[in-house]
Amino acid sequence: MTKIVVDGKEIEVPAEYTLLQACEAAGAEIPRFCFHERLSIAGNCRMCLVELKGSPKPVASCAWAVRDCRPGPNGEPPVVNTKTPMVKKAREGVMEFLLINHPLDCPICDQGGECDLQDQAMAYGVDKSRYHENKRAVEDKYIGPLVKTIMTRCIHCTRCVRFTTEVAGVAELGAIGRGEDMEITTYLEQAMSSELQGNVIDLCPVGALTSKPYAFQARPWELTKTESVDAMDAAGSNIRVDVRGREVQRILPRLHEDVNEEWISDKSRFIWDGLRTQRLDKPYVRIKGKLVRASWSDAFAAIADKMRGLDAKKVGAIVGDLSTTEEAFAIKALMDAIGSPNLDCRQDGSVLHPKYGRASYLFNATIAGIEQADGLMIIGANPRREAPVINARIRKRWRAGDFKIGVIGEKADLTYDYAYLGAGPETLADFVKHKKAQLKKQIWLIGQGALARPDGEAVLSMFAKSVHSVGGIADGWNGFSVLHTAASRVGALDVGAVPGEGGLTATQMAKAKSLGVLFLLGADEIEVDSDAFVVYIGTHGDRGAHRADVILPAAAYTEKSGIFVNTEGRPQLAKRAAFAPGDAREDWAILRALSDVIGHKLPWDSLSALRQRMFAAHPHLAKLDQIVPADASQLAALSKLGGEAKKTGFKSPVIDFYLTNPIARASAIMAECSRLAAGKLPQAAE
Amino acid sequence: MSVRRLAAEQPKSFSFNKKNEEWAKKQIAKYPEGRQASAVIPLLWQAQKQAGGWLPEAAIRHVADMLGMAHIRVLEVATFYTMFNLEPVGEYFIQVCGTTPCALRGAEDLIKVCKKRIGEQREVSKDGKFSWLEVECLGACVNAPMVQINDDYYEDLTPELLEKLMNDLKAGKKVKVGPQIDRQYSAPSGGLTTLKGEEK
Repeated sequence: MTKIVVDGKEIEVPAEYTLLQACEAAGAEIPRFCFHERLSIAGNCRMCLVELKGSPKPVASCAWAVRDCRPGPNGEPPVVNTKTPMVKKAREGVMEFLLINHPLDCPICDQGGECDLQDQAMAYGVDKSRYHENKRAVEDKYIGPLVKTIMTRCIHCTRCVRFTTEVAGVAELGAIGRGEDMEITTYLEQAMSSELQGNVIDLCPVGALTSKPYAFQARPWELTKTESVDAMDAAGSNIRVDVRGREVQRILPRLHEDVNEEWISDKSRFIWDGLRTQRLDKPYVRIKGKLVRASWSDAFAAIADKMRGLDAKKVGAIVGDLSTTEEAFAIKALMDAIGSPNLDCRQDGSVLHPKYGRASYLFNATIAGIEQADGLMIIGANPRREAPVINARIRKRWRAGDFKIGVIGEKADLTYDYAYLGAGPETLADFVKHKKAQLKKQIWLIGQGALARPDGEAVLSMFAKSVHSVGGIADGWNGFSVLHTAASRVGALDVGAVPGEGGLTATQMAKAKSLGVLFLLGADEIEVDSDAFVVYIGTHGDRGAHRADVILPAAAYTEKSGIFVNTEGRPQLAKRAAFAPGDAREDWAILRALSDVIGHKLPWDSLSALRQRMFAAHPHLAKLDQIVPADASQLAALSKLGGEAKKTGFKSPVIDFYLTNPIARASAIMAECSRLAAGKLPQAAE
Repeated sequence: MSVRRLAAEQPKSFSFNKKNEEWAKKQIAKYPEGRQASAVIPLLWQAQKQAGGWLPEAAIRHVADMLGMAHIRVLEVATFYTMFNLEPVGEYFIQVCGTTPCALRGAEDLIKVCKKRIGEQREVSKDGKFSWLEVECLGACVNAPMVQINDDYYEDLTPELLEKLMNDLKAGKKVKVGPQIDRQYSAPSGGLTTLKGEEK
């Protein structure tokens, strides 16, 4: 710790702090454009100038470390001033330079109202300009379907360049030319390929990079902001849903250091146009092979008809990937009431099961734990496609150095270097009787690509043995980590939404010929090929709805309150930001009404009553935003499963990142991104 | 200086010839493992020489691939340094210094000559022999006005001397590099003014 005097206040800060950090620690506010906590230091906007005693010129506080300051003649601590006339003048001067070429188009700029330049010009600038010459004009660049560019507004902070290079791991943006002619662009205006590119919109302190789909949609002060949780992948990114009227206008990330830091994937950010299209807003009943609009009571009557006198064993239910934990709990309660063991949340055929203990299906190392790890083995997963935010965390750890990464499965560009060890179970078998590795904190990450296959149990067993033999589980460290792809999965496993004694799995139910009635709770990733009477409770006219005999319209993840448990086992509350369209209702209410109709009334009348029941049965779910560590000793039993694994290589279940769920498949933006990623879209040559 | 863009018409491909390939490998070997990107400027320069004094887009990609760099990173370098010409130039590429000392000593007259004989800036003359560009200070103010033609400086010019120089170059005659008047390097014109006698 080093002493430093900021505005007459003596504080102690670590020597490696920058002056900017020291000033903030002392409570002084420093304006900045180019500096960002999570990016490297550029020091090119000069907005953070402060007065350093002994220095003839103001210094850029973001690029000047406390340890670089010279002490006074008698060893006094360095003195920094942030409120002197010199600093004020320096800031006004910098601001004047920044505004020389910045257009005065705030009234038509999408950043207006949430623009750093606007705010800081108000706070630190002067009210007039001495500049009479023509302003610089820059041609707009095409950098992809998601990010709109108005390059005349650019102030060259290079945050976007640093983000794409450092965090996203694709060096695609750059600054060409020099001086006044410097321009931000991609190579020959190719579209960016990163699945995290939307974050440059948030990073841009001005309106140079804005959201293309959101262009001219709304002003920030018109929007109702709801803090919620993302359901596009199992990372549980924290998001803010901005709504105007009934419609979601945009989705932004929220800061959560232990989950998504301040990034979200493009799917999380740009999914919202899918919430408007292909929506189911009325119940439908299939009459003579055709789906016909019906009232809720008709739809319920049709179901009740089918259920009457049906053997409980002939009823099944599949929980989809976007369901909340409450819904999984409710449908489990309903199936229990009916007396059917046929319930499953594992549409993909994964073998994870709560009977092996909670530790067997969690990302036990935790996302923040990736940063403490010294080694990572990725098995049957492509984190870049399955959870881009987690992949960014892995890349962050990898950039810090001294991090060994191995991959068993598909070879893919993960944005970091790794040792490719092999394709399938026979490579994993090498580790079953391996000597203990030198590394103290290893993470063994297994994806659904290795578990959602017929020999999944054998693979899981081999995996558990390997983690034990190489020392992935040590005192205070559990490196056994499962990467999920579905937002609902961990929560559903937590409440036991899996087949009971003699029950059918999701895969079996989809093929079973003997099933009478099958409930699909937003299950769209599975092809139902049975002659059962299918009741689809969901949001979009996707695969499930096409097969359905009765459709009950439900609410999407932005239209209901519910708990999502992320892959680490962290329960987080998603809040309702908008209302479901038309006659659609929240899923828990549909299940409650349905239960009454078929004569097995569920014992709650409100969501909070349902939640109380769930919390009573599964107390760890009540601890919102906390991870209750799972007991690692349960994993030893997993090793004893045994079984024969086939030789086929592991394949990531996420083939197309942009089209993994019904909302994404209804989104025009996601469709365009998907075509672009597949190389099918001719790039706009502007 | 103005916005520099890649030329509209570009050759489809570029690769180093055998000799340059060898040379490039030697350059890259100068830097430690993982620091190959340091060789980007020498390689671009060699590519420019091979391509006839300018840097085609394909060469930028070729150099980037050789060094394991992202294409945009090499494009940044190529567009930053004005010594990389992004558009085709004449066989003799004349860079006229137009900064204050040269301007005061008659650079504008040299520019007139260029305009008359070649055309506008960046245009290549019909015979492909010449193109010209006004540049910032080339650091030879003592011998102002001056031009740089390809790798050499031609100093103490007058419009007549520049025309003669261009005629000689066009005719393939050997020309004198450096001051074009009776003067040794940047020593005083008209002979020495000091240090004339023997040391006493």
